[in-house]
This record gives sequence, structure tokens and C-alpha cells, in this order.
Amino acid sequence: MTPADPAASGRLPHAFTTPGSSSFVDFLAGHAPDLLPGNRPLPVGDVQAPHGTTIVALTFDGGMVMAGDRRATMGSMIASREIEKVFPADEYSAVGIAGTAGLAVELVRLFQLELEHYEKIEGSLLSLDGKANRLSTMIRGNLGLAMQGLAVVPLFGGYDLDRHLGRIFSYDVTGGRYEEHDHHAVGSGSVFARGSLKKLWRPGMGSADAVRVAVEALVDAADDDSATGGPDSTRRIWPVVATVTEAGYLRVGDDELAAVAAASEERRRATHTDRGGAR
Amino acid sequence: MSMPFYVSPEQLMKDRADYARKGIARGRSVVVVQYDDGIAFATENASRALHKVSEIYDRIAFAAVGKYNEFENLRVAGVRYADLRGYSYDRVDVTARGLANAYAQTLGTVFTTESKPLEVELVVAEVGRTIDGDQIYRLAYDGSVTDEHGWVVMGGQAERLGAVVEEGWRPGMTLPQVLALAVRALGTPTDEGGPQRTLPAAQLEVAVLDRTRPRRAFRRLTGALLEDLLQA
Repeated sequence: MTPADPAASGRLPHAFTTPGSSSFVDFLAGHAPDLLPGNRPLPVGDVQAPHGTTIVALTFDGGMVMAGDRRATMGSMIASREIEKVFPADEYSAVGIAGTAGLAVELVRLFQLELEHYEKIEGSLLSLDGKANRLSTMIRGNLGLAMQGLAVVPLFGGYDLDRHLGRIFSYDVTGGRYEEHDHHAVGSGSVFARGSLKKLWRPGMGSADAVRVAVEALVDAADDDSATGGPDSTRRIWPVVATVTEAGYLRVGDDELAAVAAASEERRRATHTDRGGAR
Repeated sequence: MSMPFYVSPEQLMKDRADYARKGIARGRSVVVVQYDDGIAFATENASRALHKVSEIYDRIAFAAVGKYNEFENLRVAGVRYADLRGYSYDRVDVTARGLANAYAQTLGTVFTTESKPLEVELVVAEVGRTIDGDQIYRLAYDGSVTDEHGWVVMGGQAERLGAVVEEGWRPGMTLPQVLALAVRALGTPTDEGGPQRTLPAAQLEVAVLDRTRPRRAFRRLTGALLEDLLQA
């Protein structure tokens, strides 16, 4: 009496009603594997695609802040001035991405969905470590493309609801997951941003100070790295800055960022003497 | 060789329908009511973990009565259906109508082709940007769908409770008003002339699809917040 092909009757296929998995990625792998980023045929030869650049993250008292510049480059050309590279992964975590922009944005979309899917099916949130490990698995699935030069390197951070503090995780292209202490940066301008963070980060900072330090680090990165864009006061394009605290993910408003960027520029101008080169 | 008994299709379907109806009637009722800022769901459920009302997608929720394992399975299927659709197209392309159709096909196929029908009754509701955009679909065990307006009561005491809601409901009520109405309906005595029960907040499972929320409209109302709303 059961039809040979369940889809022919119009009912939901068996993959939908199979109990057990709370993972959307696992469901896709079984039901529609062609939709998974890692399952596509690898491109042959060199692929020219926009690259996103610098992401910084640092912890403060009661949370963490993540910030990303707005530039995407393709070779020596600026592909976009207003790309966004910092996203809410869920209510209590943020993910920032450096690397091939198209793949990275798709990865973030799938990661956001993975966390929301788990939350809806299980009725509870994944632990912060659980989220970080999930992201690790998803990056590992992209290794084939990374070998072709299309790497995606995220920075993940959030508020740990069990330990009541902000935490940061970095990744390599093979999916290796490393917990960072206090602050970290990824992307082409990360060398300069890390130097800046080391000098400016202090234990026990508040969220406003942390936002200021994050913007300073991005300005320092933009100063020395051509692929990182600084605050653009002409077009009023500011970095994407978000804080994650016990109250959840909150994107810092443009007005506050304009003030922070203006104050930073003012300080730099004040230390700039006739001989130039200061700060 | 023994001959199988002949059973007419009418009798077969009637037996199955009776079987499903009996199973559903054993469970407690769920009340779904529209209010000015969204759609509210209420049921008597002391469990904090085994839900009868759940989130499916940004603006879509699911409520069920009947056998837990069967509707839980359908709920998970609905979340997968919605997430897959939203991932392949866009979040705005996930609609309650599409989901209600998928459920209707599934319930209908199981009812006619499998040895036992699903003993469940479902509501799939979607909250719109305005009150005119709200959609409430009620799905029966045999796959039949009805597009409901304003309110739905399903479960064992559906008719008796429905009469209470029908009498008290009018368009544009506020959340405390509809919750008071829903709780009064749920406390209706099962027998004629029995005492009206007053259900405390701890015995209730209440959730809303709140149209004023930016993305995910679904929210559970529990604890002190629910007590405040019930006393308002």
C-alpha cells in the first residue's frame, strides 16, 4: 500500500521526518548535498574574487566587541567600500570573516541557520564551545576551496552564558580552533591591528573603551595595509562594530562610531608635528 | 485458503477517523486567538520542556494536540522544511500556506495509505505586518485544511471551549484581554454544571507571535511576565 516513491504522494520526504539530528548541515548532507558549500566541484585555475580583510575582536568586562572594516579588494582594485563582514551568529555570539567574500558570506549564512535550527529543534541554545566547534567543522568542509586560494578565515566570539564572560576563538583554514585571550585580529591588516591591540588593550575595560580600542586598531591597520579601509568621513561609512554582552548582540550605532572615529583622528592630528610620521 | 473479509472503503475511512478522533480527544485543548499585535497560543501544560506550541520560522508558529511523538515529528519536519526553503530562496519566501500544504499532504497520505492515521490536530499560524496579513490554518488528522479567522480551539473539549471563545472574542482585543479569555476557556468544566477551574500561570504554556518584534516574532511567555499579564 505504501507508494514506492514517497515524493510522488506529495508528503514530506522521509528525510524530514527522520528523528535524531538537530543539525541543519547534517540534514542538508543527507537530503540536498548539492546545497552544501563543500560539495561543489572545485574550480580549475586561478579565480579572481573579492577578498574581505581585517577583523578585530577584544574582550571587556562583561562581554566582547568585534569590529570589521568595510573594504573588499580584488587584486589591487577596491571591489567594495561598504561590504559588511561582522554578523550576529545568534543572540549571544558574533562572527567576523576574512578571505573570499562570496564563500565567507555563504558560510556565515549557513552558520547562522545552523545555530537557529538547533535552537528551534532542541528548544535551548548551544553552549559557546559547541557553537565554536560547529563553525570549525564547517570551515573544514571548505578545505578543498582553500587549497585553490579561496580560503575563508573567520573570527568567532560571544558571551558565555555559563561562565559569564566574553570569549574569542580564531580558526585556521583546516578548521583548527584556538581560543584567544583578551584580543585577536585576522585578515591582511591583522599584523598591524594586533600590534595596536597589544598596546591599547587593558584588563577591566568597559564597553565604550573597548569600542574605541577596536576602532583605533582598525585605523592602525588601514594606515599600513592597502586592503583595509579606514573610517570614511566623506561618505559616512564607518566600520561595523558590535558588542556581545549578557543582553545579547548589539550593533554600535553610526552616530557613536562617527564620534569615536572623529576623536581618534583628532588625537592623531594633535600628535602629528611638522616633521610628520607621529602615531 | 481463507478469504479476507470485505470492508467497504466508507467503513474503513470511518474506522480510521474514529480512531484518530478518540486519540485526539484524550489530550488537553489548545486555544489560538488573534489580538491587536499578533497571535496568542495557550494550553494547559505543566511541563516546561515538552511543548505543544513552538517556533517554526521568523513569523510562523506551530501548535498541536494529540500524540506527542507524532506531532513532535511533524514539528521537526516543519522546521526543516522552513529552514531549507529559507536557505534555498530567501527568508521572506517561507510562508505558512506552503507549510500547511506540506503538512496536509503528509497527514492525508498517512491517513489513506498507512495502517494507522496520525492522531494529531495542528495549527500553523503566520503573523503579518498588519492584522489583515495574519493567517491561521487548522489541519485535521485526515489532511483537511481550514483557513480560520480570529480564533481556533482544538483538542478534546474543542466544541465546549470554542463556544466560550466565540462568545468572548471580538477583533482588536489586547494581549491581556485575549489571555484572560483563553485561560477562562481552558478552565471551562468538562461536565455540564461542574466548577470553573482557575488555572495558575505555572500550569499554562503560553506563547505569542508578536508582530512588533523585528525578525523572530515568536516568544514564550513564562514566569513573572505571564503572571503580570494574567493579572492585568
